[in-house]
Order: sequence, then C-alpha cells, then structure tokens
Amino acid sequence: MTTRTMQFSIYRYDPDKDERPRMQDISVEVDENDRKLLDALTRLKAKDETIAYRRSCREGVCGSDAMNINGRNGLACLIDLNSLKQPVVIRPLPGLPIIRDLIVDMTQFFKQYHSIKPYLINNDPLPERERLQSPEEREELDGLYECILCACCSTSCPSFWWNPDKFVGPAGLLAAYRFLADTRDQATRERLDDLEDPYRLFRCHTIMSCVDACPKGLNPTLAIGKIKEMMLQRYV
Amino acid sequence: MNISVLKFDAVIVGAGGAGLRSAIQLSEAGLKTAVLSKVFPTRSHTVAAQGGVAAALGNSEEDNWRWHMYDTVKGSDWLGDQNAIEYMCKKAVEAVVDLEHYGMPFDRTDNGRIYQRPFGGHMSNFGEKPVRRSCAAADRTGHAMLHAMYQRNVKANTQFFVEWMALDLIRDSEGAVVGVSALEMETGNIAVFHARAVIFATGGAGRIFASSTNAFINTGDGLGMAARAGIPLEDMEFWQFHPTGVAGAGVLITEGVRGEGGILRNSDGERFMERYAPTAKDLASRDVVSRATATEIKEGRGCGPNKDYVLLDITHLPPATIMKRLPGIREISIQFASVDPIKAPIPVVPTCHYQMGGIPTNYTSRVVAPNGNGDEEVVSGFYAAGECACASVHGANRLGTNSLLDLLVFGKSAGDSAVADLKAEKAHRPLPADAEDMARSRIAALDGRKDGTSVYEARQAIARAMQDHAGVFRFADLLRQGVARILEVEQMARNLEIKDKSKVWNTARIEALETENLIEVAKATMISAEARKESRGAHVRDDAPDTPEFPNGRNDKDWLKHTLWFREGNRIEYKPVCMTPLTVETVALQTRSY
Repeated sequence: MTTRTMQFSIYRYDPDKDERPRMQDISVEVDENDRKLLDALTRLKAKDETIAYRRSCREGVCGSDAMNINGRNGLACLIDLNSLKQPVVIRPLPGLPIIRDLIVDMTQFFKQYHSIKPYLINNDPLPERERLQSPEEREELDGLYECILCACCSTSCPSFWWNPDKFVGPAGLLAAYRFLADTRDQATRERLDDLEDPYRLFRCHTIMSCVDACPKGLNPTLAIGKIKEMMLQRYV
Repeated sequence: MNISVLKFDAVIVGAGGAGLRSAIQLSEAGLKTAVLSKVFPTRSHTVAAQGGVAAALGNSEEDNWRWHMYDTVKGSDWLGDQNAIEYMCKKAVEAVVDLEHYGMPFDRTDNGRIYQRPFGGHMSNFGEKPVRRSCAAADRTGHAMLHAMYQRNVKANTQFFVEWMALDLIRDSEGAVVGVSALEMETGNIAVFHARAVIFATGGAGRIFASSTNAFINTGDGLGMAARAGIPLEDMEFWQFHPTGVAGAGVLITEGVRGEGGILRNSDGERFMERYAPTAKDLASRDVVSRATATEIKEGRGCGPNKDYVLLDITHLPPATIMKRLPGIREISIQFASVDPIKAPIPVVPTCHYQMGGIPTNYTSRVVAPNGNGDEEVVSGFYAAGECACASVHGANRLGTNSLLDLLVFGKSAGDSAVADLKAEKAHRPLPADAEDMARSRIAALDGRKDGTSVYEARQAIARAMQDHAGVFRFADLLRQGVARILEVEQMARNLEIKDKSKVWNTARIEALETENLIEVAKATMISAEARKESRGAHVRDDAPDTPEFPNGRNDKDWLKHTLWFREGNRIEYKPVCMTPLTVETVALQTRSY
C-alpha cells in the first residue's frame, strides 16, 4: 500500500493548561484508504491523542465534525483529502466560544434553533391513522427537513457572528420555514409574528455564505426569502 | 474529587430513537426526567437509519400484523420470543402513526397516506411474496424520525444532559437499580444521578468489529455498565452483517435500494441471489444475502482487482426514482465509492451492522435476570430498549426495518412501564455508600497509569480479533482460538494508559472508558459464539453444516434456547425461548428458506 505524508496546521487550545491558543504544525502518513479529512484526523489522533474534536457517524448525517478547513466550514467526514491544499489549516467553527481545540460551545446555536419552536403545532383532535398529505404538499419539505444541525451555515454568516443572541441565523430560519411549509402545521401566524422583528429574521442580508457552506446542499437563503414573502402576503 | 448528586424520578441513558421515545412518555406524564447523552441527541446513530420502519399499514397493498409477526419469527430463525414479537408487530401501526402525529415527514402515496416500500424478509400471506411494509422518508428515515422525536421532546420540555457519558450503574444491596454515575465531558466532573427508574437506551456496539457500518459512538456503553453490575448479556453471539456496506469505507447502503428494485451481481454479471433464494431473491433475509455474497467472493466470483466485493446495480431504475427515493444513497455512493449509481453499480461487501443480543428484557422493557432458583425476575428500577436490549424480537437475525420499530415500540413501553412503576413506588431508595466508587476508581486508574497500552492499540486489537474470529462464517477452531485471543486482548484493555490528563473535553479519556465497555461486548460475543454448537440465523459454523437431520445446521433439540453470558468468570447459562405468543397461535418450527 502506498502512503504519503500530509501536512496539517491545527488550532490547539486547552483551557486546563494553555494560557492562549496556538497553531500546531503536524504531519501524518495517509494511505489510499484514507479518503476523507476525518480519516486523516483519526490517524493524527493516534499520533497525538490530545487533539480534541467531535465526530460520530463519519458519513455526513450526524453533523458532529463541522470545522473550518482551509478557511471554509465543512464536515471533516465529507471533505476529500485529495482536494485539500497543504498545509491543511484546521480551525474551530468561527463565531462560537471555543471550549477546547476544535470543539466549540454550540449553546447559542441550539438556543436559536429552539427559539423558533421546532416542532409541529396542530391542535386538532388526533385522527386514528396518519394525517393525509399529498405528495406535492410533502415535496414542499424537501430541501428543508434534511438539515443536520451541524452549524456550518450559521457560523459562516456575518450577521450571526455580530448578533448570535438576536438573529436566529440560517439553520434556525431553515427550520422555521420547514414548519411554515408543512400543511399539517397550524401555527403560521404565531410563527410569522415571532419572526417579524428587526433582528430575528431581518438581519439576513442575503450574503449567501450559508448556501456556500451547507454540506448537505441546502439553501437557507431561499427559505428565508420564502418567509419574507409569506410576511409580505399578510399585508396585501 | 467533588461528586454532586442529582435527584430525578427517572434517568434515561442515551438519546437515540429508544431514549427519545421513552423520554416523550416520561416527560408527558409529568415526571422529572433526565436524559444523558454522549452526543447532542440528533447526532445519535438512529440518524443513520435509511430504508424505513416496518408496520403493516397496508397503504399500498393488503397487509396484516400476523404476517409481519410470522416473518419476524422466521427471520429470527425461531430464536425470537413470540410474546415480544406479537407485541411489537401488533403495536407497529400505532407506533408509526404516533411519529406522523409528531410531524415526521414521511413520503406519501398518491392518496396522501404514508409511502411504503418492500424490504428483505417482509412477505405477505405467511411468506408468499414480498410486501410493501417499510414506511419511509426517502432514504433518510432514521434522520427524519430522530429529528421528529427530538422536536417532540423540545415541546415536552425534556431535560437533556448533552455530552455526558454514563459510567456505571448503581445498585443497592438488594440489587435494585438506584441510579448511574456519569462524566460531564466539558468539565471532567463526575455526578451521581439518583433515580427511581433508570432506562438504558445506549444503542449498539458495532465498533467491536474492524469493518462496521456503525458510528464511532457505538461502543456498547450500556452493555459494559450492565455487565460490570452483574447483569448477564443475552444472545451476544448473534451479530448482523449487512449485505451492502460500501466496500472499503463500511458506510451503509440501505436494503431499500433492493426494495426499490436494486440487484446484486457477481463478476459474471449474474444475479446470484436467484440461486440462493429463488422466491425472495435479493429481498431474502440479511443473513442469507450476506452469506451468499461472502460465498460468491470466496469462490472467486467477486469483482474488482482483488475480487473482494460484489456489485449493487440500480442502473436499470429510472433516474427520477433514484433522485426521489434514494437521494441519500446517491450522495453516499458518490462520496464514498466515487460512483454515481445512476450510471454504474456500487461496490459492496457484508459489513457488521447490528447486535441482535443485549441486556435481557421482557416485552414491557423491564430488565430481567436469573434469580438463582431456575427462574428469572425483574431487576427493580431497571429498563432497557432499542439495540442495547434483547426482548428478544430479533432472535438470531433481525429483519430490516424492524430495528426502528423495536426502538419505537420498546422505547415507548420502557417509558410506560417506568411511569406505571413510579406511580406504585413513590420514594427513592437510598443510594449505597459506595455509589460512585467504581466510576471514581476507573477514572483515577486511567489518570495514574504509566506504561500501559494506548487506547488506539487496544481498540485495533479488539476489532482485529473479532473480525478474524467471529465474522460472517464461523469456524470451530477459529472460535476456540478467538476466545483465548480476546482474553489476552482483555489484559490490554484493562491496562489502558492515556497521555492526556486534561479535565476539559478529554476525548482520550472518553475513548478509554468506551474501550472498557467494548471489551465486555467482545468477550460476551466470542465466548457465546464458541459455546453455541449449531448454526442459526447469523451464527453459522463449519461444524454445524446443513444435514437432513439438522436442516441449515440448526439443532432445535439442543439449542432452541437463549444464551446468557455473565461477566464474572465468563460463565454461560441458557434460558428457554418463549414459543407462546400473547393471543395468537405459536408460529411452529420450520426449516427456513426464502
């Protein structure tokens, strides 16, 4: 098996022992079975077990291993090693407090997600069987429900960096529209009222970094536009 | 070390499908409930389930829970408990409808009902022909389900302890479970959760094998904790190898691909399943398809330069069907096999996927253990559901889509059982004086040890041993050697050294603690497998071949019984299979063929 050496520069900070963060230059041997950045990280960790990062499914559905790779947010398990310019610079997701190394504190991100009431609201008596929904109505949820809450989008959004406590951010707004678009949800008015605010929705300036960052190919900007459209509709 | 005690009515360990489903029951009943999870709930491995959840809704053609029950018993190679299987199949419709009511975005039929697709081993009219029973949200059913259940818990105000790893079960002098100790990853602090009910929903342990579809977090933590607390593990010799993991990468390709019309081919381009399962063909049960694939490869009909995989072909399906029904699979193939399945077939191999065994429970999800008088009884205060539990509905081989059903039905029943038991018993039993001792000493040993084995090395040794000695086909001599080898590896796993001593988010420490759980699962598996001298379901040995006396090598006279492995002394006991359903007639023993 042929191997090659890859160079990395990794953000390191352990509040238990470091006074300030630093970049660690480290190299590692990879072979042809190492396809993704996460494979290389696994090898790096075998070499230096103090490198801390989150990971789980290693196939891009759990959203654990989001990080900033050569200046762009992405999932380590989906980034092809061959596509990376060396040294590969790996930093934590920007804009969130850093706990240790590549691990950020996602409290603010989830707080915004929770703030949009991310659950179906329908107060009708429950039918014995499933509620009906046509394939066309269900199709409205495509491109919305697939979000994995990795935070690549929100942490690439300048508006979220400036106002993470007030602006819902692209991930939360995508979720908000997922419920607005669901024919089974009855809380349209309350949801729109909640978002009609100079910050919660309207801090989005359609910079579209979120679209660029989403590892699942989703389009939060489009969803935000549709929410704005729904708001306008209320006044015509 | 400062240890705080947190008091709850109930503690759930694990926030995957089973944990979240039971949390809904407890939170909505108004009980003070804590849910502990190593990862944010939507990162749990349920998220990776693809093809669907079984329920005889009959939305596209006639179906019946009795047929589903028959298929499940047959799929289990008659090792499943028929009372639990009846319970699960009967409750399936309600379980799926609940999810729809929570908002899960199921695909729909033209008349607006939940979309259903065929799946391996699910047949109509007691094994006649494949039936559409798998309720699906594209090929992202687990993701859609897990998010819908997390969302429902947000609505119900469930209290989560995210990125907390449970360390050990706490039992009092009478053996009742009174809580768990746990580690907060961010701070390194240990806390004791004192509870009247403890529900384990810790998922599987597929990481004991080198080649696995499982997430990194699937390290059998609940099984390790139960084993250390003296609870036996049931039927651990039975591991499912999924026929279609991406060759090399291990990532899962759902059986739903074959449900939508996908075909397995060997190097001759032959649809080889026609030879092994003339009726169900590519939709035979997973153990059957995995063995057929392994046989093709072994006999030199594998594909690729090393002839070490077969091909899953959907190039004959309309691209629109692939884009609509299997979009995630297309993504995975492109990402992990560099193949667009619209244009070329996907290279696949049998890959470790699911643990049929686990913590023994009854069909109300209460944990049961032998009482020493030849009978078993409930372990007071202890419940388990989902992959970590063994009810047993999957027996020797699980049918696809029955895992999501299992976690829904038994997650709910764990919650309901705890709610009922807590109504009857109001007070917390006192914590024993040594409640946190085991957790404390494990952490102290890791922090203090020098010249030990690295976690990486120990994990490699476990995974290699399991892969070499307990794979798709099993051999008597390899199993015997495997037992000796895994006991050697145990010495490594008991002697772990970590270089990282930080309190904050110490992943080396977490992985070491996980390794101490993995080794328990690995031992249970190897020792139980060596002991079972027959072939049944996923456990097929060379010294138990297909003979007229024992078709498929199955020996019901001596081996129609569940294995119980005890950590202490690696002792094995057996208990009978429940052949009596709750209300219907027994599905009588037959030779299994598809």
